[in-house]
Amino acid sequence: MSWAETFRTALDAVRSHRLRSALTMLGIVIGISSVILTVGLGQGAQDQVKKQISALGSNLLIVSPGSSTSSSGVRGGFGSSTTLTLRDAEGIGDPAAVPDAARVAPVSSGSSSLTVGETNWTTSIVGTTTSWLGVRARTLAQGRFFTGAEVTSAADVVVLGADTAAELFTTPESPVGQSVSVDGAQLTVIGVLAASGSSSTGSSEDDQAVMPISTQKRLTGSTTSSVNTIYVEATSADTLSAAYQEIDALLLNAHGVSSANADFNISSQESLVETANSTNKTLTVLLGGIAAISLLVGGIGVMNIMLVSVTERIREIGLRKALGATPSVIRRQFLVEASMLGLAGGVIGVLIGYAGSFVLPSLIDQPVSLSAIATCAALGTSLALGIGFGVYPASRAARLTPIDALRSE
Amino acid sequence: MSAPVVHVSGVRKTYRSGSIEFEALCGIDMTIDEGEYVAVVGPSGSGKSTLMNLLGCLDIPTEGTYLLGGEDVSTMSEAQLAEVRNRRIGFVFQQFHLLAYLPAWRNVELPLLYAGLPRAERRERAVAALERVGLGDRVRNRPGELSGGQQQRVAVARALVTEPDIILADEPTGNLDSASTAAVLALLDELHDAGRTIVLITHEHEVAARASRNLVIRDGLITDDVLVGAR
Repeated sequence: MSWAETFRTALDAVRSHRLRSALTMLGIVIGISSVILTVGLGQGAQDQVKKQISALGSNLLIVSPGSSTSSSGVRGGFGSSTTLTLRDAEGIGDPAAVPDAARVAPVSSGSSSLTVGETNWTTSIVGTTTSWLGVRARTLAQGRFFTGAEVTSAADVVVLGADTAAELFTTPESPVGQSVSVDGAQLTVIGVLAASGSSSTGSSEDDQAVMPISTQKRLTGSTTSSVNTIYVEATSADTLSAAYQEIDALLLNAHGVSSANADFNISSQESLVETANSTNKTLTVLLGGIAAISLLVGGIGVMNIMLVSVTERIREIGLRKALGATPSVIRRQFLVEASMLGLAGGVIGVLIGYAGSFVLPSLIDQPVSLSAIATCAALGTSLALGIGFGVYPASRAARLTPIDALRSE
Repeated sequence: MSAPVVHVSGVRKTYRSGSIEFEALCGIDMTIDEGEYVAVVGPSGSGKSTLMNLLGCLDIPTEGTYLLGGEDVSTMSEAQLAEVRNRRIGFVFQQFHLLAYLPAWRNVELPLLYAGLPRAERRERAVAALERVGLGDRVRNRPGELSGGQQQRVAVARALVTEPDIILADEPTGNLDSASTAAVLALLDELHDAGRTIVLITHEHEVAARASRNLVIRDGLITDDVLVGAR
């Protein structure tokens, strides 16, 4: 008997027991669709994190102050000290010392209340230099960024984040050219940043007021030259680690400390991406594990129903044997039936998974990325489940002796 | 005259259930020639079902030889027996044993399917066999849409379709009313007249009386072998 005939015979049997076939497939359908969705969710989360982090700026290194040790020996946490200074930023900006750094943006940050007429809004203040815009990969929606001259002269200018501008200026006219009161000083709005849409480290990238670092120092009455963060853009992704080494060496030397008690910390996007990805990976493995268990249960369901089917169809098997079906033909028929159920369940599961990937993002605000590899693997798995769990019922069917099978009532 | 269709000599069949042995057939010798219409009669427990299983190659004897169409089938493997059943034997069962989910012609073509014939030829021969049993207009009906007598005629068509050496009918009228019984027996008569070799197993004497020869079996032995001259 040819494979085509075996296939047709199996198809007849599957089709003639619709409810049973549907229930058999159900386990596989649920298993496969949940595998597709969980893998898609994990992949989607990773893609999103990657996008968000690259939105912070490309090839970015972030230098932040390390822990401080007070005279009594109490060590503060990372970022508690004020060990980074503008001089450090200038040092990093020196091509002789750090040849792999393209641009450097020191940031001195704080928080202040901004007032326009009756409206006031508290936001984070970013005091920085002209290179900030490029290093952080930001663009302007309106107006312009401040110039080097304005940094030198500590000009009374400010660039607002998109959300900040929207909060302060409720009228449709452009905020550019209007003035904002910050800590008693009147600053002229010269530009509005384009919305970045992402938020890193809790605070929105779209809610901030950016001004020359000199202006920020003047407004806060600060006389020190300390900065909170130095953003460094490496010349390329390949030179990122070289730039890291150079900055590390420079700052250790400048601060006169050994690497064991470094008073600063350099992080890169890569380490951020890695951390985020490892979290996502753990989640994906966890969810995938649950999905795999449901697949296993589905496979056992196939075996269960196939065994029931063998018992239920003992007389059919006996008849087929009496009419000349050899044990191997019977075995093949039941195997093909089981794998057909498995594969059909897999195909339906993939379709439901794909449908879910369109519906789910609008329900839980999480992107779902579908991968062709996961889909093929899911289909292969469902086929393998059908075959794997069909072997035992099929060999039981093949072993039945025709007389006993025919006599059974 | 060619070799006998069935030649059984010294056949014993012993069933073993734990330590208990039960001898269902205690040495059977019989010969059936081509074109004979033989009824095997006997009370229940006489061993006629066991004999039927052996004749149908559904089982092999514990002892003795069985030549079917000159071929020794008493020592064959299961797969070989399946092939012999397919080629040489047409079965008609008491419970019809039709597959409810297949239309009549798909039931009839089953033996041809296992013989490996192409689909078009199978269909043609299945339809011809159904016409032969007077069901040419029921080709597409499923068994559930047919009466008991019609279902048994479908089963006879299925037994005929391979042109087997022998048609084995096991109580073919056991589940039928008298009208359907008459129709099925008339059909068997017709097949006999057309030269088919038929072995019928029954415990009804009216049915046995239709055959040309009666083998009476009792306690695993053939006790009587009579030619029925009535017809």
